[in-house]
Amino acid sequence: MGTHNINFSEQFEFTGKVKTLSIVGILIGAAAVLFGFLAGDKVMHERTFANLLLMAYYFACVCMSGTFFLAVQYVAQAGWSASILRVPQAMAKTLPLAAVILVVVISAGLFTHNLYHHWNAEGLTDPNSPHYDSIIAGKSVFLNVPFFLGRQVIFLGVYSIFSMLFVKLSYNEDLAGGLNSYRKSFKNACIFLVIYGFTTPVFAFDTVMSLEAHWFSTMFGWYNFAAMWVSSLATIAIILILLRRAGYMQWINNSHLHNLGQFIFGFSIFWTYVWFAQFLLIYYANMPEETVYFFKRFEYYKFWFFLNLAMNFLAPVLLLMDRDNKRTDAKLLFVSIVVLLGHWVDYYQMIMPGAVEDGHNGFGIVEIGTAVGFVGLFTFTVLSALSKKPLIAKNHPLLQESLHHQL
Amino acid sequence: MSDIKYILGSFGDPDEMMHGIEKLQENNISIYDVYTPMPIHGIEAKLGIKRSRIDIAAFCFGITGTCCAFALIYFCAVIDWRVNIGGKPSFALPDFIPIMFELTVLFCAFGMVLTYYASTHLFPGRAPRVMDLRATDDRFVIAVDAKDNAAHTVIDGLLKDAGALEVKYNERKYISYE
Repeated sequence: MGTHNINFSEQFEFTGKVKTLSIVGILIGAAAVLFGFLAGDKVMHERTFANLLLMAYYFACVCMSGTFFLAVQYVAQAGWSASILRVPQAMAKTLPLAAVILVVVISAGLFTHNLYHHWNAEGLTDPNSPHYDSIIAGKSVFLNVPFFLGRQVIFLGVYSIFSMLFVKLSYNEDLAGGLNSYRKSFKNACIFLVIYGFTTPVFAFDTVMSLEAHWFSTMFGWYNFAAMWVSSLATIAIILILLRRAGYMQWINNSHLHNLGQFIFGFSIFWTYVWFAQFLLIYYANMPEETVYFFKRFEYYKFWFFLNLAMNFLAPVLLLMDRDNKRTDAKLLFVSIVVLLGHWVDYYQMIMPGAVEDGHNGFGIVEIGTAVGFVGLFTFTVLSALSKKPLIAKNHPLLQESLHHQL
Repeated sequence: MSDIKYILGSFGDPDEMMHGIEKLQENNISIYDVYTPMPIHGIEAKLGIKRSRIDIAAFCFGITGTCCAFALIYFCAVIDWRVNIGGKPSFALPDFIPIMFELTVLFCAFGMVLTYYASTHLFPGRAPRVMDLRATDDRFVIAVDAKDNAAHTVIDGLLKDAGALEVKYNERKYISYE
């Protein structure tokens, strides 16, 4: 379509059914968490905390990968995405809230129910205690509560600062025009990517891998990075498709969807690659201290283990391989939803075996309710952020390239 | 006149050439092909060129590679020479996957290069054939089959109107570098 009939001040109106449904979602989530804490026994409390951690982590990861998306587009000086940047910007704008929720969940888990009991229990590092664990004692320089919480706050804080900076620069660009904001975004994106690249693996080691502190894998950070990046891309695709269906952002054409589809396809394969690289080395070396991770998952989570691969590898590979499927919004929407649910399964079987006693995991009200609650929260916060500013960054220097994007 | 095989309209500007294509199409003159020194957006759609089927070829080559790799490892590790590695069964599928993956990529890459050579008649050591040498440099060339389109003066006029700097009548299809 031509560019002559684009309304450069088009704004998203966050009202009606979507708003009601997202609030209902948040209420369902709150009710499910309350149910988990009030109705259940100690095991149920553990499960609820594990679910809260899962969804808070997922929420923060999707938002910070939105910032990562912005940074990648700036550093690559990508033109195709210039007209869709407001969606990842809305996600970036939500990151501070997501970061606060994650830190609160982690602190509450740490201080009340000992979520990280593998390295944070009484006497683990005391040589005279009967609970002394030399492996954990050796890791205690890194895995101790102040340093652990400090890292969380610093990492999430730095990501949040950069998120706000990119958003602010883009809004300034709307008002002032010119190349100043773009140049500053480029420079800050370079700095952000270096920081992000080195810290996300550590962030994943802390938040998820330390749930099973005896075990370690150097691939784990990249494995998590791939998961958060691909789930964020799927989220962006879903938001764009639904906005376009609702009559907004009519300048998005199938080539934009094609690009996102290629990203989802490619990074799903990348996810499988790192997942498999981690699995194969452990399988091949066959050392007991490493195989324990997959032993647990194969013993108690066999269904989830295979479901994970089916949803995150087979579904995107088979459904997005064809060019026309990437360009058809219904098919891309379907695959994006599958991938998003698939990464919930992925995080589920990363977190549950470490946080919940063997054999006491389950799938019920708490799991579904917490997930629904965070989806509602995400929808509410991101769409509110999106509705504040026009849907197009009208002074982006590469905007015309994006409006005429054709593959 | 009857020895002329192709009429070439040579343009100095891609927009004028696109205009020339439109002009010819409006007058129902079939275009044999267009040669340009650089890729031009939207030209495939304008000329009605079908999508490349190299992706299908790539898939076939890739799956051949997967099967060959599986057959090779299965023969070596399970049938011909069983080796006990860390007590694992001989037929340990996860071990097979990296090699299957690599051979898939290898077959796919080589297969696509060979397909490309075959379909464009480019083989290593063969002198490339072109219709107009300047189409590889600074000219945008529309080629019209002179045998299929009888009204040569009309074509000449249309091309010149659209801005062709030069119209050539070639009696041979290709000028070779040889």
